[in-house]
Amino acid sequence: MSLAEQTAAVAGGFWQDSAKTGLRSWIFSTDHKRIGLLYLYSVLGFFLVGVVLGLLLRLELMAPGATIVTAKTYNALFTVHGVVMIFLFIIPGIPASFGNLVMPIQIGARDVSFPRLNLFSWWLYATGALVVLASLFSGGGAPDTGWTFYVPFSARTGTNVSLAVFGVFILGFSSILTGINFVTTIHRLRAEGMSWGRLPLFVWSLYATAWVQILATPIIAITLVMVIAERTLGLGLFDPGRGGDPVMFQHLFWIYSHPAVYIMILPAMGVISEIIPVFSRKPIFGYKMIAVSSVAIAAAGSLVWGHHMYTSGMSDTAVMVFSFLTFIVAIPSAIKVFNWVSTLYKGSISLEAPMLFALSFILLFSIGGLSGLILGAAATDVHVHDTHFVVGHFHYVMFGGTGFAFFAAAHYWLPKFYGRRYREKPALLGWAIMFVGFNILYFTMQVLGMQGMPRRYYDYLPEFARLNLVATVGSWILAVGLVIVVLNLWRGLFRGEPFTGNPWGGATLEWSIATPPPTENFEEDPVVTHGPYDFKGAGVP
Amino acid sequence: MSHIEKDEVGAKLGMWLFLFTELLLFGGLFILYAVYLARYPGQFSTGGRQLDLVFGATNTVVLLTSSLLAAMAVTAIKRGARRATLALLSGTLACAGIFLAIKYLEWSAKIRHGIFPDSPRLIAGPPGESVFFGLYYLTTGLHGIHVVIGAALIGWIVAGVKSGAIHAGDNVSLENVTLYWHLVDLVWIFIFPLYYLIL
Repeated sequence: MSLAEQTAAVAGGFWQDSAKTGLRSWIFSTDHKRIGLLYLYSVLGFFLVGVVLGLLLRLELMAPGATIVTAKTYNALFTVHGVVMIFLFIIPGIPASFGNLVMPIQIGARDVSFPRLNLFSWWLYATGALVVLASLFSGGGAPDTGWTFYVPFSARTGTNVSLAVFGVFILGFSSILTGINFVTTIHRLRAEGMSWGRLPLFVWSLYATAWVQILATPIIAITLVMVIAERTLGLGLFDPGRGGDPVMFQHLFWIYSHPAVYIMILPAMGVISEIIPVFSRKPIFGYKMIAVSSVAIAAAGSLVWGHHMYTSGMSDTAVMVFSFLTFIVAIPSAIKVFNWVSTLYKGSISLEAPMLFALSFILLFSIGGLSGLILGAAATDVHVHDTHFVVGHFHYVMFGGTGFAFFAAAHYWLPKFYGRRYREKPALLGWAIMFVGFNILYFTMQVLGMQGMPRRYYDYLPEFARLNLVATVGSWILAVGLVIVVLNLWRGLFRGEPFTGNPWGGATLEWSIATPPPTENFEEDPVVTHGPYDFKGAGVP
Repeated sequence: MSHIEKDEVGAKLGMWLFLFTELLLFGGLFILYAVYLARYPGQFSTGGRQLDLVFGATNTVVLLTSSLLAAMAVTAIKRGARRATLALLSGTLACAGIFLAIKYLEWSAKIRHGIFPDSPRLIAGPPGESVFFGLYYLTTGLHGIHVVIGAALIGWIVAGVKSGAIHAGDNVSLENVTLYWHLVDLVWIFIFPLYYLIL
């Protein structure tokens, strides 16, 4: 912990004054900021693990036939890449790390409603992560089912599915408890004057996310329990030979896992809604619509799970209903995009690192969202279902969307919490390389999918060879950019120039307190007198 | 954290949210029940008639009584009646024990008759019955786990009342645990008719 101690000595604030010292002052701390950083390091660590697995996948697909691993290892690689990225990085990603760091300060609170429960959530996360990791190296070896654990294969494969599924079950518990904590906090601990109409849009997005976490996660929990019961007790609930129906598993799985997509993207949209007005020096356009659209996405997004199952053999009526509802979700998403763009209009735009990540979010999310409509329409989905088009689509939304927003948030908020800042030029360079590599990698995947290359296949026809090579080269460029961005952040936050005050001119409450924030955030309870994007009211030039 | 004064409303809000998640957890099982009932109404009916109505009805009465005692314990602690609270909570615990004992007898009778997951009798029998008993064991088993967790929580509350940490002025943890206990009761109120009565 030497780096953390050095930071504490220079930075002060919550880095210091804790009754405990060393590692104990972190893993047993109930301070939301310390827990937020614990999450940040954990999710970032697993993100890098997932990146390495992804690079290995691309390396294998660089040329037809066997390249670096066997087919069995390849199956394990894409499964573990998915499990790590989804359950260990992107679901807890923004809400648990930046949500914990920033949300209580943004509403003028000293902590969340249940600080000990908050710490317990992190411990559950850490336990679940360890169980998932243990499943890779014990029993029948790493699971090879894909992150979706579809029956009947997941009920029969000899690999260590039960333990991995149990790990995900624990992670779900952690997610639920964070959701409960955030909803209660936002209801109960808003400072005087912090009305719902003055809630920063990041908080609104976390609020909608927390409801999805509460209402959807229990369904995956019971579904995972059923998979374990199928494997250990032989219940036969999904076994057609015994009267069960495997399609019911898909329904239950996606009742959670589609809303989970919004657990991943909504907080990212919240980050973008914070950054765009600050770096345009202009109040956000359409505050109410952005706030309401977060809740609308959460609500409508809970009713569209069937669009993952157009080819599963469910009824045509169900297909049409789910397709229709899927198009409904596009409306609140588009409302957000148009409002962000309108905020930019005639703004005094300053292209610093957080803003570049935020702007690329809008572009990449739009590409991902529009390709999502191709998948949402049943007629076109049947042709590209389970192809690389799907892989390209969700990486545009999840990585181009949430991943870029994660780095936007890191560049925007972390200097506030470390009291030091990264260097701007390497950040811009890293962003540019990431952006180029990203598009080479995932746009090529979408083209490959259109041409008919299936996903999760170890080998492919020779006509796909050239584009696969291009995509793999793209993955290297993306990785180089990522390394630059992460190293620059790391170096800057621990050894960079001091960062004080409110250099970007934010009007939300976190910019009104000392840098780094003191342990109790506010010396005395704040009274809020202006809106989150009322720069004049906040006295920001 | 010490500086935040105890927020009872917040604590109860959090508990209610958690109870939603528990309802949804069982909701997944009820969805499967609904779908498979629609597919195999006759075989579900045959399965339901094999369950013991006396065991089921007795357990319903036992759980309802336990819930009543738990609710009375909340009133008792608010009046400051410590000994009455302890007696009422012990009554709830006793009911939990009786419920689990009856459940044990019920399950073992079924298992003796060769009805259990993956049993040769179920595999050879009609598919709807296999699904029915698969759901029966999973649902009542998960409910049984909740009874055990609820009882452990009540035991923890009993210790708190004994030590004086929970008293007339500070009893939100007792109230929250009894809320949890009512949920355990409530889920059973749905399980009982669905599996024992209507088929």
